[in-house]
Amino acid sequence: MDVRTRNHVSVTGREGGPVVMLAHGFGCDQNLWRLVAPALEEHFRVVLFDHVGAGRSDVSAWSPERYSTLDGYAQDVIEICRALDLGPVAFVGHSVSSMIGVLAAVREPGLFDRLILLTPSPSYIDDGDYHGGFSEQDIDELLESLESNYLGWSATMAPVIMGNPERPELGEELTNSFCRTDPDIARVFARATFLSDNRADLAEVTVPTLIAESARDTIAPREVGAFVHEQIPGSQLVTLDSTGHCPQLSAPEETTRAITAFLQGP
Amino acid sequence: MTVHQGGEEANGLWAAGNRDQEQLSFAALLEDSAEDLYENAPCGYLSTLMDGRIAKVNGTLLNWLGYRREELVGHRKFPDLLTIGGRLYHETHFAPLLHMQGEVNGIALELKAADGSRLPVLVTSKVKQDRDGEPLLIRTTLLDARDRRAYERELLRARQEAERDRERLQRLATTLQRTLIPPALEPVPGLDVAEHYHFASSDEVGGDFYDLFPLADGRWGFFMGDVRGKGADAAVVTSLARYTLRAAAVSDPEPAAVLANLNTALNRQAQEDEPRFCTVIFGLLTCAGNGTGVHIVLAGGGHPPAMLLRADGSAEYRPTPGGQLAGVVQDAQFTTVTLDLHPGDTLLLYTDGLTEARTSKAGERYGEEALLGFARALAPTSATGAVKALTGLLDSFGEGLDDDTALLAMSVPPTGQ
Repeated sequence: MDVRTRNHVSVTGREGGPVVMLAHGFGCDQNLWRLVAPALEEHFRVVLFDHVGAGRSDVSAWSPERYSTLDGYAQDVIEICRALDLGPVAFVGHSVSSMIGVLAAVREPGLFDRLILLTPSPSYIDDGDYHGGFSEQDIDELLESLESNYLGWSATMAPVIMGNPERPELGEELTNSFCRTDPDIARVFARATFLSDNRADLAEVTVPTLIAESARDTIAPREVGAFVHEQIPGSQLVTLDSTGHCPQLSAPEETTRAITAFLQGP
Repeated sequence: MTVHQGGEEANGLWAAGNRDQEQLSFAALLEDSAEDLYENAPCGYLSTLMDGRIAKVNGTLLNWLGYRREELVGHRKFPDLLTIGGRLYHETHFAPLLHMQGEVNGIALELKAADGSRLPVLVTSKVKQDRDGEPLLIRTTLLDARDRRAYERELLRARQEAERDRERLQRLATTLQRTLIPPALEPVPGLDVAEHYHFASSDEVGGDFYDLFPLADGRWGFFMGDVRGKGADAAVVTSLARYTLRAAAVSDPEPAAVLANLNTALNRQAQEDEPRFCTVIFGLLTCAGNGTGVHIVLAGGGHPPAMLLRADGSAEYRPTPGGQLAGVVQDAQFTTVTLDLHPGDTLLLYTDGLTEARTSKAGERYGEEALLGFARALAPTSATGAVKALTGLLDSFGEGLDDDTALLAMSVPPTGQ
């Protein structure tokens, strides 16, 4: 299968410009970048995609075996880079995609020239001195919320949406479609996201890395940002003056500035 | 603002009736209700800044949560009122959607009250914009959803139970199905034999069956059949047909006699409202003994015709015309045909799942003619080769293959092998 279709990849922006790949996190889809992508497109070649199971990716490519760990998603990122063949890319990963980027860059450092980790957390679960902010019970509560809210998803509509990739308007008419996910897939992605522990992978990163944390973020608090910064050799850390876990939505200009400055820096 | 508008509308309405006293008391009622309606509405109201900080909250919500107003306003954010799991959901779904859509409707979350107790609510939020269209604040309505959540839990529990039952049923159906087809066919000396069974459904037992088994004096019996319908009823007939055919073949292996025995057994078992019948082919195979081939007598009852793929590359059907379904009438007729398999020849039996497979969205079927063409292109082949090629053909039908399908092939290896 063509990975461009599988991951609903789009390539826009300046022809021949440096390549920036934007990866969305758990919950919604590539629309999360809608407030920063246009500004980045002025300087960069911008690659957007949906993780398999999210947005308009090809759901038939999803399997619990491949996507119950972050390795499956990292493999997808590598495959997209290879298929596009645009040379080394700067990878911007939001939330869980920051760790997906870390895994991909550790496995295939030649495919990446920069990493930007937006609100990263290598492990959400508290463990001894490490304070991830959550317990396994909290994650169960999240799974319960997923069970109670089938956002933009209904089993009767799913075949209509999924069976008509050539007619995307069918899907877009539904509200909440940006966060539309098959509940079974969402559950597996939620577990992969919140129960993974990638702390040991950070030290393996050799690609120049920027950590962009949000000043007030309950999911990835500042001490976690500091931990990531400390673990990745030679990394830089910026704190965006934003509230919440999605600074690309709540503080898009500042987020764009931070990305651009790092990519155009030495 | 709404107070003013409401007052005006009401004034106009009531002035027309010229009933001053009622007008006054009604206006007073409205004056009173606007503030009161906000404070003591049957739902919680919350206004927050774009970063979630609480700017205004009504009495109902304070009452539910057991907080004093000054504990919340200016000090807490909306996500602080949620359970931790709810906060995760808020950050990963609710807030992004609110940013992108300007509103989010009816999301189920749980509030955490001051005393630690939990209150299930349905949350709707809408962004209010200033004159320039810039987001200004978020208005949120919270509905008490305790009863609703209890009901949903019931539904969820029922669904999980149904899913578990379905899994159990699938396991049962798969197990039963496997008992109805032979686990592995006994090797026949001097013959290549291959078989394949396609399961159309994982939670229903299909009705196709086949077998190949030794009889006395170097003879072998084999059969293939298809019971009408699926599920438990079909399984009963399948099971009955299988042991009847095997037992009948031992007492009198003449194929038409075997099928007559089956017909009697099925008719005896049939209930008035549940006819039990099947299509069937029974074959008696005699080895020539000198490696030059086998002699076969076939009797058929309404089953798709056997296919003969010759060593010279030709292929043809070997029908048993006039044969009737087994189990329908007391004195069903079964016709017999004889054939010899020489080195390089292959005999193929199949069920109609193959020929009835849909090949287009309009519902066209694959058909016997297409199968004949396929066989002619394939011949000469072997039992193993034929089953492999046909399995590939079945796979190519995808969802168009909606019935169980059985394949059984036997061939005499070419001389010199």
